[in-house]
Amino acid sequence: MSTIDAWVAHQRERACQLPGAALPWLARRRADAIARFADLGWPTSRLEGWRHTSLAFLDQQALAAPAFAPHPAFALATLRAAFDEGDHWLVFVDGRFAPVLSVTGMLPAGVKAGALSEALNSAPDAVEAAFGSADDSASPYALNLALCSDGAFVHLARGTALEQPLHLVFIGATGAADTHLRNLIVADANSEATVVEHHVGGGATLGTVVTRVQAAQDARITHVKLQQQDAQAIHLAQIEAEQARGAYFASHSLSFGARLARNDIRTRFAGEGCETLFNGLYHVDGRRHVDHHTLIEHARPLGTSREYYRGLVDGNARGVFAGRIIVAQDAQRTDAIQRCDNLLLSRLAEADARPELEIYADDVKCAHGATVGQIDEDALFYLRARGIDTDHARQLLTYAFAAEVIERIAHAAVRKRGRGLLLSSLPGGARMEALQ
Amino acid sequence: MNAPTRNEALGAFLEQDYVAGFETRLETDTVPKGLSEDVIRTISARKGEPEWLLDWRLEAYRHWLTMTPPLWAAVQFPPVDFQDIVYYSAPKSKTDGPKSLDEVDPELLRTFEKLGVPLHERARLAGVAVDAVFDSVSVATTFKKELGEHGIVFCSFSEAVKEHPALVRQYLGTVVPPGDNFYAALNSAVFSDGSFVFIPKGVKCPMELSTYFRINARDTGQFERTLIIAEEGASVSYLEGCTAPMRDENQLHAAVVELIALDDAKIKYSTVQNWYPGDKDGKGGIYNFVTKRGDCRGARSHISWTQVETGSAITWKYPSVILRGDDSVGDFHSVALTNNLQQADTGTKMIHMGRNTRSTILSKGISAGRGSNTFRGLVRVTPKAEGARNYTQCDSLLIGDRCAAHTFPTIEVRHPTAHVEHEATTSRIGEDQLFYAMQRGISAEDAVSMIVNGFCREVFKELPMEFAVEAQKLLGVSLEGSVG
Repeated sequence: MSTIDAWVAHQRERACQLPGAALPWLARRRADAIARFADLGWPTSRLEGWRHTSLAFLDQQALAAPAFAPHPAFALATLRAAFDEGDHWLVFVDGRFAPVLSVTGMLPAGVKAGALSEALNSAPDAVEAAFGSADDSASPYALNLALCSDGAFVHLARGTALEQPLHLVFIGATGAADTHLRNLIVADANSEATVVEHHVGGGATLGTVVTRVQAAQDARITHVKLQQQDAQAIHLAQIEAEQARGAYFASHSLSFGARLARNDIRTRFAGEGCETLFNGLYHVDGRRHVDHHTLIEHARPLGTSREYYRGLVDGNARGVFAGRIIVAQDAQRTDAIQRCDNLLLSRLAEADARPELEIYADDVKCAHGATVGQIDEDALFYLRARGIDTDHARQLLTYAFAAEVIERIAHAAVRKRGRGLLLSSLPGGARMEALQ
Repeated sequence: MNAPTRNEALGAFLEQDYVAGFETRLETDTVPKGLSEDVIRTISARKGEPEWLLDWRLEAYRHWLTMTPPLWAAVQFPPVDFQDIVYYSAPKSKTDGPKSLDEVDPELLRTFEKLGVPLHERARLAGVAVDAVFDSVSVATTFKKELGEHGIVFCSFSEAVKEHPALVRQYLGTVVPPGDNFYAALNSAVFSDGSFVFIPKGVKCPMELSTYFRINARDTGQFERTLIIAEEGASVSYLEGCTAPMRDENQLHAAVVELIALDDAKIKYSTVQNWYPGDKDGKGGIYNFVTKRGDCRGARSHISWTQVETGSAITWKYPSVILRGDDSVGDFHSVALTNNLQQADTGTKMIHMGRNTRSTILSKGISAGRGSNTFRGLVRVTPKAEGARNYTQCDSLLIGDRCAAHTFPTIEVRHPTAHVEHEATTSRIGEDQLFYAMQRGISAEDAVSMIVNGFCREVFKELPMEFAVEAQKLLGVSLEGSVG
């Protein structure tokens, strides 16, 4: 039996225990989704969007036994120590909401933040509207819909603002079960929030995460993703946003962990004058693989998009970036900039970049650029001339290259956490930290 | 200046017809429509080919049968009926073929004259040796004797098969294997003629070599094959031009060009492609599905592609360079213009395999009317390509709000010492630029032409002079009617 059949059987078995099993609309969407997954199978490099990241191996190989399992409370304590007291925390362990570990504190009136499994009971209509379907999804995200066991449901009423960030922490504790999480963020007009997703642990399991953001008129949503899963984990994630007139959406993706991490990040400008920032950093070594596929769809006029990705690729690892910007015929006066820069740090590393522009309007300003290279010899010489040894100079320059991405994160505590993650992932990080 | 005035001016600028759209009435020798092993045997027999070449064709055909047409390109067209094409059409002549220019059908010579091909004495003045391919066969090759004195072979492909079989057999299909892709396989099975160039060791070709392709007969496809070999230290500059009459139905052109450069050799290949693009409503026109690839086999070799693509209903073409030799260099300079309903999906591949290999890609796309223009490129640095360097720049110019411009580059780097840079911009002709020119008494049409030519200047300067002039004129003509 291929693993596809095994997954379908697994879903059929598990369906009745999944949250919202009694809701007909959800049962129907789950059934459609698993059918789509069975139909498509795992994506292979023959598919254009998966040319550099084939998941065909998932069809042959059962997932390995857990390698490492952090204690959830321990992982959480370290995390929380890095942030302000007043932050809001929703914690999920092995794909289920853990109310004991979660602290949401005082949420302003009109702001709801809780588990999806609960919202399916208390506000099924609101969930239905935001849930999405698997009709156009790539197969891993169809599987996500069919199997999602929990996630966060956030609703910001008109004009509300969350001053402290909302942290969504996903801990793979036992490392024995696959996890499928779905987060829904609904931001009504003029609302504002920063949502930080942390992914830790995971052992050697497969995890899928879909985060959907609906930003109504003039809403401002910042999404930060800090992915630091175990080196054996497989992490497949989609972040999809839709922006109404004048809405702002920022996606920051810092990817340090997992054996294979794939992020599909996309937004659509459904109204005039939208603005977006896609900002990303990845660091991979060993035999690991990281892939970011982004899509910014300028469907309406006067949109502005900025996209900056940087990659550090070391060891035998492979870093992939594919960014597409589509400017529809109607989207006049669009202003789009996209950049992807990669540092190759070893002889066996590989970096692939596909910066793509697809333009159907004429009154636009679009530019993109991509580079793959190494540390500038002149800069290295400059530092060495000042008595800094080669290794340390290299580390400093690598850090400086990567830190530019982190500096774009507006929230100070989150930015600091990002810096800390970068330093701990780089060789010589402790020495550099001492300099700060 | 208000918008309607600008549009009117642009519109007026764009009212010009396809000047090469005439048809020459000649007696032709054609095989019936359709493709089968018998057709291939007939083509091969008519051309009196040796058995190994027939086997080669048949093998390619059998492989082709197992393949499906590629659908990934950003172009849209109804499926091609490969049984509805005439695969071989040759101008009939009383003897087996013309022995000299005097024997060439005068009607045919007039055609080339109309096209401005400098055959005959005009060739001498222009200093260009021309091999003209009319429908499927090569009709005349000028300057043979003079080239022969240098040991250079420049002749039609069929002639090369007869006169230099060892060379053809040694190199044919070594850069573009018969099963490389759908259209290359088709070409390998049915190719009818083309040019063959061999520059021996240490020889610098004393003149520009040139081929002119023309599709004349109805329902025919043209499948030419060009093979250029430059031995150690040799160098050559080769030009290629193409036209076709205006017809309502689409015609297929699936060529293969192979370039081989040994140590220190240099090949410069320039194309001005002006196949019939179809009318304003997208009716008719040539499907130009071409495989062009150069192999920098030797150390310090250099292959340079320059193309000006203004014609064809659909263009599907990626002249590439395999940088195998250490310190070899590959260049790609391109101007692609689409107007009306033309679609172009073009670009290049640079495969860095040797050490210290360098490549430059410069692509200028112009979309007007409802045209669609795509740059698709690949830069690959393999694990052994130490010190590889690539610089890519793709710029798109949009004229009118119904056109499309896409950029799909792929970068794959597997060596840390590589430096790969890609930059792209998209913009339109600015109102202020137009205003500035018109304020100085330059008409709107001339201003647009000036701006477009300025946009393409970096590529045009790579073309041999007479071609650069032609390319500039073509660009002006092709832009007619793009707005308004």
